[in-house]
Amino acid sequence: MGKAKGTVIFDSDACKGCGLCISVCPVNILALDTSSVNNKGYHPATAIEPEKCIGCANCATICPDTVITVYRTMEE
Amino acid sequence: MAVVFQKTKGLTDKPFSYCPGCTHGIIHRLVAESLEELGLLDEVIGVAPVGCSVFAYEFFNCDMHEAAHGRAPAVATGIKRVHPDHPVFTYQGDGDLASIGTAEIVHVAHRGEKITTIFVNNAIYGMTGGQMAPTTLVGQKATTAPYGRDAALCGNPIRISEMLATIDGAVFVERVAVNTPANIRKAKKAIKRAFEVQLQGLGFGIVEVLSTCPTNWGLTPVESLEWLEKNMIPYYPLGNFKSPKEEK
Amino acid sequence: MAKVLMKGNEAIGAAAIKAGCKYFFGYPITPQNEIPEYMSRELPKVGGVFLQAESEIAAINMVYGAAGCGVRVMTSSSSPGIALKQEGISYIAGAELPCVIVNISRGGPGLGSIQPAQSDYYQSTRGGGNGDYFHPVYAPASIQETVDLMQEAFDVADKYRTPVMVLGDGMIGQMMEPVEFFEREPLKVEKPWATNGTKGKRKPNIINSLFIDPQALEDHNHRLEEKFELMKKNETRVETFNMEAAEVVCVAYGTTARIVKNAIENCKKEGIEVGLIRPITLWPFPEAAFDEISDTTKVFLSVEMSMGQMIDDVKIAVAGRRPVEFYGRSGGMIPTPEGVVQKIKSILGRE
Repeated sequence: MGKAKGTVIFDSDACKGCGLCISVCPVNILALDTSSVNNKGYHPATAIEPEKCIGCANCATICPDTVITVYRTMEE
Repeated sequence: MAVVFQKTKGLTDKPFSYCPGCTHGIIHRLVAESLEELGLLDEVIGVAPVGCSVFAYEFFNCDMHEAAHGRAPAVATGIKRVHPDHPVFTYQGDGDLASIGTAEIVHVAHRGEKITTIFVNNAIYGMTGGQMAPTTLVGQKATTAPYGRDAALCGNPIRISEMLATIDGAVFVERVAVNTPANIRKAKKAIKRAFEVQLQGLGFGIVEVLSTCPTNWGLTPVESLEWLEKNMIPYYPLGNFKSPKEEK
Repeated sequence: MAKVLMKGNEAIGAAAIKAGCKYFFGYPITPQNEIPEYMSRELPKVGGVFLQAESEIAAINMVYGAAGCGVRVMTSSSSPGIALKQEGISYIAGAELPCVIVNISRGGPGLGSIQPAQSDYYQSTRGGGNGDYFHPVYAPASIQETVDLMQEAFDVADKYRTPVMVLGDGMIGQMMEPVEFFEREPLKVEKPWATNGTKGKRKPNIINSLFIDPQALEDHNHRLEEKFELMKKNETRVETFNMEAAEVVCVAYGTTARIVKNAIENCKKEGIEVGLIRPITLWPFPEAAFDEISDTTKVFLSVEMSMGQMIDDVKIAVAGRRPVEFYGRSGGMIPTPEGVVQKIKSILGRE
């Protein structure tokens, strides 16, 4: 059984910066991107260490605004 | 690369009108995913309430009725009696269902109307600006309970699921929460099961979903999840109160 | 079809079923109980649904739900029950859904009485519900006319996507008269707006009266206004009687108009010519009938089973061209022809 490798894609302009995704990420790789402001006026959530994502989809599960799409591959 | 999570076709492209961190959006998605997975989107007719989710008819990708405050179960009854073969659901908040619409929800259950009700309990009136709801906890502050809810003055918070579970026509009653990914997954199961019970023609089903209101609770979205866990779940215990017999 | 002797309330039910109404949602209240009783007995025989709701409020909202699905649906009640239905009627008018509401009215205010009354004229024509809306109100004077207007009401409801009220007093509901049901094909109207599942072939249909954008709501209100004007133009109904040389023109509707007709005969015997304008639609009010008044007419007399409500519309229609007098009884007291004659003589100074 290989190790799960995940990819999270954020629809940044749909994000309201609530931070719920950040609070449930088991590998602590999400943060609000304070260097940018989306077209709703929020700092959108983003993956700051995307290579560590395990594709568990906790972030997408708790996102109230269906901002996040999650992909997963199994590495040998 | 496999997709493990993407937006359901059960929702339209319209962005939710909810405040940041409000868990209404999660509950909308669970309902929409359930409808999509059960293949019901082409047939289902939903009923939106009055309250924060008043615009639910813009978010669900299916035929919808907007109802007057509290009357969604009556509207759904009219729809179901015309279309007994179509799935019908109501989506209602605690002011709508547990206050002004108590007669309608009790009697829709009592008739065993074959509909599914999603009841969002966030212990406050959100849309109107944080007034006390029938579900507001004792001591919890609201704009019409500035000193905190006083049980001697306005009674204890109402437990809808426990009450409805005593009614014969209500065959599926479960309380869930959307404060953690694990609880959200359980909530999804309950909602899907409630629709299946409707499809089997067994009677009325309701899923009460404990939800947050960061704006009117005066907490951050993450603090709100914790507040729900610490304060709401002890008073509104999670679990299944009633399932069709063959399932047990 | 031969004439049959029927009680008004039952004839209403029979006419509705003939008009293709298969859904009835109601709540018991005197003096209209024979309507739900009849429907509970007869609708299942034609594959329809009768459902007794937990309240008038629930009943009208069930009507809203069913009407949104595009079927012919009705409810019935009496005055205080209609007051409770006003919320739903406003939503139905706002969402532009067709349905028929029967009001077999009784005395008020409050619990009032269970006797016949016409004190719901304001409630019926001005609406107790919120917002800028009107709906047609038919006021039959006999059981035969009730039956005919019930069929008309369903057609008009579908044609204009509007709630339609049929207003009878307790006498219309309770008395028995011979009626004939004329074969009449219900108007066929396409309802592409109805919610019956998208079938994956169209965008979702939404039944709604909420327009949060001010411009959108104003546009909606303008559209409704155009519809109201169209109904005024096409659906106004009135009967006039003995108008040519009338010194006094009475205005009366429903069963009161029948009493006035007797009074007119009695006046004739005493050499006094009296005419009658009988609005069959209370909304739209037949204002044009007031423009064709003979020069002999000195005065109008509004005769009502109320303390005086329709008289407001009579005054608007007369527009100051003649004086308008009032004669009414209330509380379940029925005006007599003698009472009307006496009032007419008193107005003319011929006592």
